[in-house]
Amino acid sequence: METNPFIWPFTIGLLFISCFLIIIVSIWISGLSHIDKSRIVHSIFTRKSLLAIRETFMESLLHRKIFRKNLVLGYMHMSLAFGWFLLIVVGHIQAWNYYRSLSVPAYKAIFFRYFVTEPATTLSEKTLAACVDLLLVFILSGVMLAYFKRLNSRVFGIKKTTKLKAGDRIALTALWLIFPLRFLAESVSAGIHHNGSIVSQPTGQILSSLLPVHSLEMPLWWAYSLALTLFFVSLPVSRYMHIPVEVVLIFLRNYGIRIKKRIDGYSRIQVYSCSRCGICLDSCQMTHAEIKDTQSVYVLKHIRNKNLTDEKLFNCLLCGRCQSDCPVGLSLNDLRITQRIESTKEYNSSYEYLKNGPVEVSPQTEVIYFAGCMTHLTPAIIKSMKEIFAVARVKYWFMDEDKTSCCGRPLMQVGQYEAAKKLIGHNQERILASKANKLVVSCPICFKVFNEDYALPGITVQHHSEYLLELMVNKRLPMNKMPLRVVYHDPCELGRGSGIYHQPRLLLDEYAEVIPVKNEKETAFCCGGSLANIKIQMNERNQIRDEALEEYLSYRPDVLATACPLCKKTFAKSNKLPVHDIAEIVYMAIQEKQNLQKTEYKKEMKMEFWK
Amino acid sequence: MKDFGFTMIKQRTIDYDQFDGRLLNEVLEMEPSFKVCLSCGGCTATCSAVDLVSFNVRRMNLLLRRGETVELESEIKKCMLCGKCMLVCPRGINIRNVIMLIKKSIPKYKTVTL
Ligand code: SF4
Ligand code: SF4
Ligand code: SF4
Ligand code: SF4
Repeated sequence: METNPFIWPFTIGLLFISCFLIIIVSIWISGLSHIDKSRIVHSIFTRKSLLAIRETFMESLLHRKIFRKNLVLGYMHMSLAFGWFLLIVVGHIQAWNYYRSLSVPAYKAIFFRYFVTEPATTLSEKTLAACVDLLLVFILSGVMLAYFKRLNSRVFGIKKTTKLKAGDRIALTALWLIFPLRFLAESVSAGIHHNGSIVSQPTGQILSSLLPVHSLEMPLWWAYSLALTLFFVSLPVSRYMHIPVEVVLIFLRNYGIRIKKRIDGYSRIQVYSCSRCGICLDSCQMTHAEIKDTQSVYVLKHIRNKNLTDEKLFNCLLCGRCQSDCPVGLSLNDLRITQRIESTKEYNSSYEYLKNGPVEVSPQTEVIYFAGCMTHLTPAIIKSMKEIFAVARVKYWFMDEDKTSCCGRPLMQVGQYEAAKKLIGHNQERILASKANKLVVSCPICFKVFNEDYALPGITVQHHSEYLLELMVNKRLPMNKMPLRVVYHDPCELGRGSGIYHQPRLLLDEYAEVIPVKNEKETAFCCGGSLANIKIQMNERNQIRDEALEEYLSYRPDVLATACPLCKKTFAKSNKLPVHDIAEIVYMAIQEKQNLQKTEYKKEMKMEFWK
Repeated sequence: MKDFGFTMIKQRTIDYDQFDGRLLNEVLEMEPSFKVCLSCGGCTATCSAVDLVSFNVRRMNLLLRRGETVELESEIKKCMLCGKCMLVCPRGINIRNVIMLIKKSIPKYKTVTL
């Protein structure tokens, strides 16, 4: 078989990147826990692999999620990824078809038009050649958009793009050169040998009438080969590592592997899977407070470059907005928490003062009620809950009426996992000792940790919005729809954090009129009060809050409803509209009905009297 | 120190000649909001840990300013980071960050008080 020296840079580059990827992925996978490794072994020949292949196709190649976010951006990513993929596949088929053999070396496919100088004759050859031409044009349109995006990113719905490092710059330049060079090389060859197809042939003819194509052919093929090599060699130090690593991520995720409370191979894979698309920058409300360098994309980049500071790591609300928008589906919150655990593991705390005395609870107790530290700062919520318990005749034990430790979630959010475990152990023991089988929690922050990190066998944990809905459905609460226009604010820890969007709305709908707003449920705002951010200043929190309030106010609600004491407290401080917890609204409605009944009764009594 | 002939209880003495302000300066630099604490005691009054143990957030400020690192360390170990103090503070001070910063840097500066 004929060859040419320009295939060598390409072949060596391809060999290098293949070996590099095999080695690094093996290191990451060997860093997984035993359980995770056995998960891989047991899932590999199951449906999960098929699902992973499907997901790889939809996300890594078609970029469906980016399409949903923005059409032009989606097209750009798709034309590059899917186009390139098809070009490789079709190129190989073309080579197999021509040489009538499946063992054609890769370079024969990649540099096909250089090696095969005679024009396509059979129908299959002609079709394949035309496909390759069209695919090249398709990819080039994406490359054009990419040039344009660097110049003007606003067209893509992305307000900010990320800054580039040397490795990224080299890989980016290489990527931008690969396809134009290939197109030119093919066209020039077509101009000389008349072996082109629908696009390259006319281009080749034009070029040959303008330029000395014979002396350009070799330099162009060399340049194409070198651009490919440059891309392969710079891949490990550039963000384009996400292209191969994302595929690994999709497979492992489908096998059920999740982020742990420590850094392991899987968290490394997540870090390398970030494409730096910048979508998370646009989701982040901290930009409203001019905090613009601590968002997920930067944190991931700093983790990779090993220069992450605490100032950046801890300046995040863990609101989860970026996570729900991330097209790669990275577990951004958990990743950040893992990183925080790593950075604070030397810190000391000691809660020896937490003594577990006997828990005296009557055996008829139906429900354990845990208000939470934050709820103690909003006594109206506690009062409403107590009254509702009384109306529904529920026997409950108020676990943290006085003297109870924190639930542990705030410690968890700042990475103090070991410290949190001490509080969890203490509370867990008290809950289990009470022998009740339902735990009702007023604060979504507590709710999340009770749900996810406590071992409470046989105990149902409910947020009070779920519990009140249940009481209402079981007809244990009086009904009364008030003429009140309400906007419901989804608390981060309850909504995105625990997936509870519908129960509070169903409940509220029975007692007031809920107005849907633009940013709700998965895209709901954070109130800005989050305990997860220990670096943010009060005035910055206020800016974030006001920005969210502005949208809510545009719907002219009578009341802003929420289901979290911290959200309530944060919004209430603005003094722009009344803010009530969902429990307060339910209690208001019940009270209104009771008062109405009382006056009716009095009226009746009066009538009786005068009869 | 000059001896004026008074009896002094050793533990109660603060020797400002040996005052070590490194931790204080670092904390104030990283969390400047702490400079405006007016010692109103709001944080202490609401603190979740106070209900359970003798613990005083406001005293943390005092210990920090006096450079009494050993006491400071054993004091802030008790904080559960629940965040109530931050919500009641009239000056909007980021108290939890102060605590985290102290936890981070205290091993570096811990001096044994004589
Ligand atoms: S974290 Fe996700 S959204 Fe943010 S840049 Fe990376 S891939 Fe894009
Ligand atoms: S979790 Fe929220 S605050 Fe943190 S980076 Fe993401 S969007 Fe921004
Ligand atoms: S509430 Fe704020 S101002 Fe008052 S003592 Fe505590 S930290 Fe200082
Ligand atoms: S965060 Fe610490 S100091 Fe502040 S109220 Fe909670 S336990 Fe007390």
